[in-house]
Amino acid sequence: MKSGSNLEKMLSAGHFAVTGELGPPRGNNAEEVRHKAKHLKGIVESVNITDNQTAVVRMASWAACKILIDEGLEPNLQMVARDRNRIALQSDLLGATALGIKNVLCLSGDHQRFGDHPEGKNVYDLDSLQLLDTFRKMRDEKTFLNGKELDGAPEIFLGAAENPFADPFDFRPIRMAKKIAAGANFIQTQCIYNMPKFREFVKRIVDMGLHEKCYLLAGVTPLKSVGMANYMAKFVPGMDVPDTFIKRLKGVDKKEQAAEGIKIAIEQIHELKEMKGVAGVHVMAIEWEHRAKEIIEGAGLLPRPQV
Amino acid sequence: MIVGDSKPLEEILEMIKDRPKVLVLGCRGCVTVCNVGGEKEVGILATTLRIARKKAGLPPTIDERTLERQCDPEYVEELAEVAEGYDAIISIACGVGPQFVSERYPTVRVFPGINTTFIGGALEHGVWGERCQSCGNCLVHNFGGLCPIARCSKSLMNGPCGGSANKKCEISPEVDCVWHLIVEKMEKMGRLQELAQVWPVKNWSTSRDGGPRKRVREDLKQ
Repeated sequence: MKSGSNLEKMLSAGHFAVTGELGPPRGNNAEEVRHKAKHLKGIVESVNITDNQTAVVRMASWAACKILIDEGLEPNLQMVARDRNRIALQSDLLGATALGIKNVLCLSGDHQRFGDHPEGKNVYDLDSLQLLDTFRKMRDEKTFLNGKELDGAPEIFLGAAENPFADPFDFRPIRMAKKIAAGANFIQTQCIYNMPKFREFVKRIVDMGLHEKCYLLAGVTPLKSVGMANYMAKFVPGMDVPDTFIKRLKGVDKKEQAAEGIKIAIEQIHELKEMKGVAGVHVMAIEWEHRAKEIIEGAGLLPRPQV
Repeated sequence: MIVGDSKPLEEILEMIKDRPKVLVLGCRGCVTVCNVGGEKEVGILATTLRIARKKAGLPPTIDERTLERQCDPEYVEELAEVAEGYDAIISIACGVGPQFVSERYPTVRVFPGINTTFIGGALEHGVWGERCQSCGNCLVHNFGGLCPIARCSKSLMNGPCGGSANKKCEISPEVDCVWHLIVEKMEKMGRLQELAQVWPVKNWSTSRDGGPRKRVREDLKQ
């Protein structure tokens, strides 16, 4: 065991894992975090807490994680390399683990050009792989990046992200292997809509034996409406939303689109459950935390096993 | 070469509005090659300023001069006889020019007439692209001759990130994903395997992050 987190225990026991996601508020409204967390309690192993996602300033991820711990949920701390250098990243990991955080997801982070402070300087002192490697070293070798010994080393289950739909497609499995070499114990993927392409990606992962070195959690995001589907297809970088889903949503009454989106997500999870090499799903019900239960329950994943 | 871009005319006119006697100072170095600060551009800017100032009823005295280089004290010295006779010098060299000129002639107001944008090269006639960020520790040979520090929006050494789509960067469809180009090039060279290693953390102390840099060649010093 790397950290003994609920997520790690569930995956190592061979259960199909479920993780959720929660975006901290654009202010210090702790009640909002508690409110969103309530909807996810007991239905997922761990909740990813985003780190200033899309480069929009929000409550610090580690602080929102602590609120979740106090509410009896297990957080997965997302950390991006965009805003902090190697000093701050190492320091924040020590602080986060001191507060009881056991899962950490290392990301490079969306470029600030998309965010609400596009004139800011970005840091990118480390990239996401170097961040993984640094944290792995702190955990396994009990030293800082500079080799100096730690007074108390973090016990963490380390995660990374991979987008199977970003280009160049053929290089993605190689990059995932790099992330594993750098220290990733689990990988959560970008939202999957193009299932045939994802199937091909997973096949390559399995052929390379990567599914035996790391747990792959497939990303699922329910499409709330035709508008959202169109937006994802056209404007979100690296997103691949096939026309068939857009047509399917268009085919139902506007009031029924959300329910149809949930139905699609449930079908996707059923398909993913049967896919060799997929160890679980990461359900990203963005600003839709209260509908996550319907999806997870509908996919036959409740109640969650106890480990 | 160092590539630059002319400042807007209004900005330059505002700089010199209360200054009757002005010198536009060009440089025969990089800025001549990238068509922004050479003798020809000195002529164009001076003429434009004269017309604009005349129209506004301001004194149109705008002289022209182009030095061999503004980044060498030996050439900046050539202004010794005349510099103090001006109320303003507009240097249209890279950012080094206005600094060297005002250092040598501390009583003269020196204004930058261009914005220094990047170290790059000509992609085609009239188009330049960034190629180097002078990090002080060149690694391009490891990436198929393409620099991920200067050309990846995130300077990732283990790209491409999840935002790479259709060979373009997530920040804009106008920006190539250099990591896509690196992967393609390495594959073509039969060297893709080299990209499967995790690139370790970079030492940025040789870059600007290590503080202002200075190079000393003992063998050349007098």
